Amino acid sequence: MVELINEKGLRIDGRGVDELRPLRIEVGVLKNADGSSYIEMGKNKIVAAVYGPKEVHPKHLALPDRSVLRCRYHMAPFSVDVRKPPQPSRREIEISKVIREALEPALILEEYPRTAINIYLEVLQADGGSRCAGITASAVALADAGISMRDMVVACAAGKISGQVVIDLDDTEDKEGDADLPIAIMPNLNQVTLFQLDGIMAPEEFEKAFNMAVSACHQIYEVQREALIDKYFGKGEAGEE
Amino acid sequence: MSAVKRSMVVERLRKDQMVELLSKEKRLDNRGLLDLRNIVIETGVIERASGSAKVQVGNTQVIAGVKIETGEPFPDTPDKGLLVVNAEVLPLASAYAEPGPPDEDAIELARVVDRGVRESKMIDLSKLILIPGRKVHAVFVDVNVLNVDGNLFDATSYATVASIATAKMPKLFVDQNGQIKRTEEIIPLPIKSIPVSVTLARIGDVLLVDPTSEEEAVMDARITLVFDEEDNVCAGQKGQPGTLNFDQVKLAANIAKVKAREVRKIILGGITKDAKG
Repeated sequence: MVELINEKGLRIDGRGVDELRPLRIEVGVLKNADGSSYIEMGKNKIVAAVYGPKEVHPKHLALPDRSVLRCRYHMAPFSVDVRKPPQPSRREIEISKVIREALEPALILEEYPRTAINIYLEVLQADGGSRCAGITASAVALADAGISMRDMVVACAAGKISGQVVIDLDDTEDKEGDADLPIAIMPNLNQVTLFQLDGIMAPEEFEKAFNMAVSACHQIYEVQREALIDKYFGKGEAGEE
Repeated sequence: MSAVKRSMVVERLRKDQMVELLSKEKRLDNRGLLDLRNIVIETGVIERASGSAKVQVGNTQVIAGVKIETGEPFPDTPDKGLLVVNAEVLPLASAYAEPGPPDEDAIELARVVDRGVRESKMIDLSKLILIPGRKVHAVFVDVNVLNVDGNLFDATSYATVASIATAKMPKLFVDQNGQIKRTEEIIPLPIKSIPVSVTLARIGDVLLVDPTSEEEAVMDARITLVFDEEDNVCAGQKGQPGTLNFDQVKLAANIAKVKAREVRKIILGGITKDAKG
């Protein structure tokens, strides 16, 4: 058993129990996409791209009253220690589905009938919590694409390692720890859009972890906001047409 | 395609009717919001399987079969046996189910059920090793959905758990030449815990347990929680493109915890019936 929290209460990478990993979000990193973003959360490196609203192919999938949201979460073969075969795994198919369902409540899809909005997430490097980082990046990319949204969506995991409740688990903590609770919320509407849990937690621990994950989401939301403000009102883009 | 028809015109019209009914705490089948349908668990129904269980939750019907083979451990867990859970919604199960490889709904179903079994440490996988790092027991659970009437997550979980809990295999040993030989002795799997899954649906402002297909067709969100015998939560998943507020998540966890105790008795009943023969 690996010691995940030392006697000073610090984690392997020196973080406290309620401390996030270094987080960086960049907006508009891909010229071809209608919206895009890049996120680094710990060693996670993920690119998100949004294409659409555009024509639906195949055509029979189009809906008369709203846009069809599609999402593909994919890990690069070199993103993990042991090469991951490039074809989508069952894990990636499930994650693509839960990410889509986490983002959909925030989108006003009724504004774009008979179209599709595609979200592509490529995990270039994974470090635990890649679905959460992927959701956080996707929401920024959707905003960058100018899709009508009710709120942002922001995600973070809490969990239990060495008997303590912590936030934002990295790869080692995820693998060696006792429980992982990734959630996504709409931070202004106070709604949960993603909820998953694996690992054992007592009812009180569960409630504590849930509350800690929610407050971590609020911290990450500030970084999302800053990244978008930086792109649209910030120094870097001034003067560019 | 999903086994439940959703977002069609009739369902949308029905939703208003359902929300109105639910606001009076009534359901179409006259159940209370927190009442489960009748659960029937029969084990040992397939002689050729190492373990099997047929489960009915109302009109939902699933059958699970366990096959225990030998295999190589995953490189990252050389000291653990293998557990593989697969689920399929057969084309005979619903007018909206189609043949083909498992779609994302079936994959999610199997993975959530797998998570409950794995994280509750139901099977002591460390006891399934024959030659460390090279040969281990591999437990395959295949669940076929035979009739869809909502709450596939719980029905599939109960069938998986009951079939694993009653599975038996010949005791194997490794001889001096490193060959795997079987003995005459028949043993059960090393069972440490019985996980119990409880699924709730949110329709409008109302949370209800054990949704039927009609209710699932109009539900906003679904949440599944799995508990062990000490009331610890060991797996969970929200489904559907709808949301839950913070209080609803905590309320769902509390309701599910209490309901899990009720279902546990039924599962244990189904398991012990088999043991008597």
